[in-house]
Amino acid sequence: MSTIVTLPDQSTAMLPKVSYLNKEYGLKSWLLTGDHKRIAMLYLISITFFFFIGGAMAGLIRLELLTPPSDLLAADTYNKVFTAHGIIMVFLFLVPSVPATIGNFLIPIMVGAKDLAFPKINLLSWYLYIAAGIMMIAVLTMGGVDTGWTFTTPLSTHYLSTHVVTAGLAVFIAGFSSIFTGLNFIVTIHRMRAPGMTWFRLPLFVWSHYAASILMVLGTPVLAITLVLVVLERTIGIGVFDPTKGGDPLLFQHLFWFYSHPAVYIMILPGMGVISEVISTFSRKRVFGYTAVAFSSVAIAVFGFFVWAHHMFVMGISNYSALVFSLLTMLVAVPSAIKIFNWSATLYKGSITFETPMLYAFGFLGLFTIGGLTGVFLGSMGMDIHLTETYFIVAHFHFVMVGGMLMAYLSGVHFWWPKMTGRMYPEGVSKLAAVITFVGFILTFFPQFILGYLGMPRRYAAYPPEFQVLNVFSSAGASVLGVGYLLPLLYLTWSLKYGKIAGANPWQATGLEWQIQSPPLTENFAETPIVTHEAYDYEWLESKKGSEVPTVG
Amino acid sequence: MDSHTVAAQTAETGHIEHTHDHPAFLRHHFESVPQQREAATFGMWLFLLTEIMFFGGLFCAYLIFRNWYYPAFVAGSHTLHIWAGTLNTTLLIISSFTMAMAVHAAETRVRKALMGWMIATIILGCGFLCVKAYEWHDEWVEHHVPGLNFSPVSFLHPTKDYPDDVLSLDMAEKTQVYYSLYFAMTGMHALHMIIGVSLLTILLIQAYGGKYVEGHVAPIENFGLYWHFVDIVWIFLFPLLYLISRHQ
Amino acid sequence: MDQHQGQHQEHHLHMPHGPSEPTHHEEHIVSPKIYLLIGTALLILTATTTAVSYIDLGAFNAVVALAIACTKMTLVVLFFMHVKYGSGLTKLTVAAGFLTFCVLIMMTMTDYVSRAWGRW
Repeated sequence: MSTIVTLPDQSTAMLPKVSYLNKEYGLKSWLLTGDHKRIAMLYLISITFFFFIGGAMAGLIRLELLTPPSDLLAADTYNKVFTAHGIIMVFLFLVPSVPATIGNFLIPIMVGAKDLAFPKINLLSWYLYIAAGIMMIAVLTMGGVDTGWTFTTPLSTHYLSTHVVTAGLAVFIAGFSSIFTGLNFIVTIHRMRAPGMTWFRLPLFVWSHYAASILMVLGTPVLAITLVLVVLERTIGIGVFDPTKGGDPLLFQHLFWFYSHPAVYIMILPGMGVISEVISTFSRKRVFGYTAVAFSSVAIAVFGFFVWAHHMFVMGISNYSALVFSLLTMLVAVPSAIKIFNWSATLYKGSITFETPMLYAFGFLGLFTIGGLTGVFLGSMGMDIHLTETYFIVAHFHFVMVGGMLMAYLSGVHFWWPKMTGRMYPEGVSKLAAVITFVGFILTFFPQFILGYLGMPRRYAAYPPEFQVLNVFSSAGASVLGVGYLLPLLYLTWSLKYGKIAGANPWQATGLEWQIQSPPLTENFAETPIVTHEAYDYEWLESKKGSEVPTVG
Repeated sequence: MDSHTVAAQTAETGHIEHTHDHPAFLRHHFESVPQQREAATFGMWLFLLTEIMFFGGLFCAYLIFRNWYYPAFVAGSHTLHIWAGTLNTTLLIISSFTMAMAVHAAETRVRKALMGWMIATIILGCGFLCVKAYEWHDEWVEHHVPGLNFSPVSFLHPTKDYPDDVLSLDMAEKTQVYYSLYFAMTGMHALHMIIGVSLLTILLIQAYGGKYVEGHVAPIENFGLYWHFVDIVWIFLFPLLYLISRHQ
Repeated sequence: MDQHQGQHQEHHLHMPHGPSEPTHHEEHIVSPKIYLLIGTALLILTATTTAVSYIDLGAFNAVVALAIACTKMTLVVLFFMHVKYGSGLTKLTVAAGFLTFCVLIMMTMTDYVSRAWGRW
């Protein structure tokens, strides 16, 4: 199998003498750092930690669902488990996954800057994340919360005595972590680009993060005020969501989903940015239709604000309003489809090689397409009234979020691992892990489409016996998936000490980050780069080959 | 001392002297002071966008419930002291003026004026909070605090000033929604005022040390943006809460 | 000599050179006269809105009150917050915030307004 990987001669290669990793030593230098790269590493470790807690919750869910009766977990406990799974995976993993780790690391380098615009706010963002995480762990140890990650009223405000307030406040704090990250990115991208780095020379990774950041800044505050109102309702009893006092429970859902729908685009857009970079590099071709992909990212962000009530079709909104939202939902699928077309066109007649990041990217292309198309089914109100609150929805969002986003995250982590650590991961076992993940994923989640179509409701600990076979397939797949996710944790950690030295540009990729040493200096560039070439300019890269210089162009 | 000489000095002494181009307050990841200033202002505007959406949720709730329970909202609004609302609006508008003058003083590098205008703003802000506290105490006394001691009794009987404000029991109970929004909105606003006054006090102490009259205007300027924003929120809260048809 | 040239290059780079750097210095200082004028206007508008609320205009009471509030907001944003003298990016940012707020209000209202219309 051919490969584009080009490593320096391992017998003489060494990590650079000075990099951001060894510039300063000691816990304080990490915990009080302003360096965006160190903050990215702090995030990487924390996010991985919470991912596995959320994953353990998923394991419990799938174990319980092996048999029809609610025999492993009582119904209330099951509710707490899937709520924890949802809150942790959405707010503590998916939302910060690519932006806070890979984005934080790369955005300044990709635009040619020394750091993000506000390094202290970046660090604050991480501390807020940690605070939110600790609060969620506290919620779990104190007995959990069982509202579902959606905190739907009036269940959350009037009928439960679990730790809704603490969980709500945890999510509130996590929201501000997200807002500050997005704010930092927007200012950096607008105001700190290097000379010659025009908007249309930026890597598409930057465009995706720009679009996601707009959503973070404009959408997350609405979640914040919604949670504040829920807390006030529970503690003081103000009555805005209480029908007996004249309030409207549906108002909560409007405000909640006004954020939570854009939130799914906050989650997926950075992953799409990763896929643009990976597909281009491993096809040795510029991304087809750069402008279309760039503008489609912004279009997804804009349209994403207009469709939230498609989560509420059966909740009691008026039919006329539902019609409007259904029509607009059809519209929001278009920019995502444009990206899939453009990535496919990038692959066409490219020199494709199948390194691990590319395997994950291929997984993304197939699984995100399926997930996205099923989203269109659900956006059509006539279908949704039958499929909503069934496993069809569960399958849909796991296809886009796990088959899509998580695969994109792993693709990105593998792609930029040599840049962030200076070492390569072991290619053989990583390819194996990618294939295991893909197979495990399909086995876990495809049966859930069928289950939903057949009518199995979601969030139920017990189900009718005729659904058991498909559930067993799904749980079996989950165990395979678990192996697939555990392997990277092991071999990536292993590679920190024993991985091959990667050099500055093991993938022969374009982009400013590949022109500097691995791992980078604290100040990223020895001298401010001056950009004269377009993005994904492989001809320029060829002409430059052989002379490793600190400045670019 | 021109930058050429400084460069030579830098090489010899090995440390960076502060020049006209590189004042002490220029952070290392910015190329120039204008870039840093623009970035800071842009960052503050983005933060204000989050505040617009934060309060936006409350305004959305207000709009819906005012449409549903208009008579209750009218009656509830009548119980607020219009003199207090008008006074508070006046205090905040004047404080916006004094804050703008403070920014001007920082830009023209006059330390005493800067401090004076900042002190004026703080006093006006505290005045606002005192009036608010008085109003809230009043609501508490009249059993208009939702969830804690609310009672619709005062709306079931006619009063001296508004003899027509009698509501059915059903609608009288809905005044609790009005007060919920009143306390949520003015409470959130007051919280932002308290944070603002606290931050301004810190900036005042730093200004006393001469920090903001040597070209480092951005913190004063951006705090000013925050302060004006909080004023704008009140500009909307005042008519929406206090002036719901005073003619009835 | 090398250092001298290096210094020249650095000096050259200090002029507006990145596409993201401001090409004009944001140092327009608004005169206190303008602030006084705007402040007075705001106070007059406050008095107006209070007075008008005592006049029965039916549904237009709300319209007038909001119109006056919007005018006051515009004056504060343009002059006290310097947006009139600011960059295009600042104006765009303010517009984006205002528009998103409008989307929240208007699209939520599509539900509440049409609930009473009943089924098809």
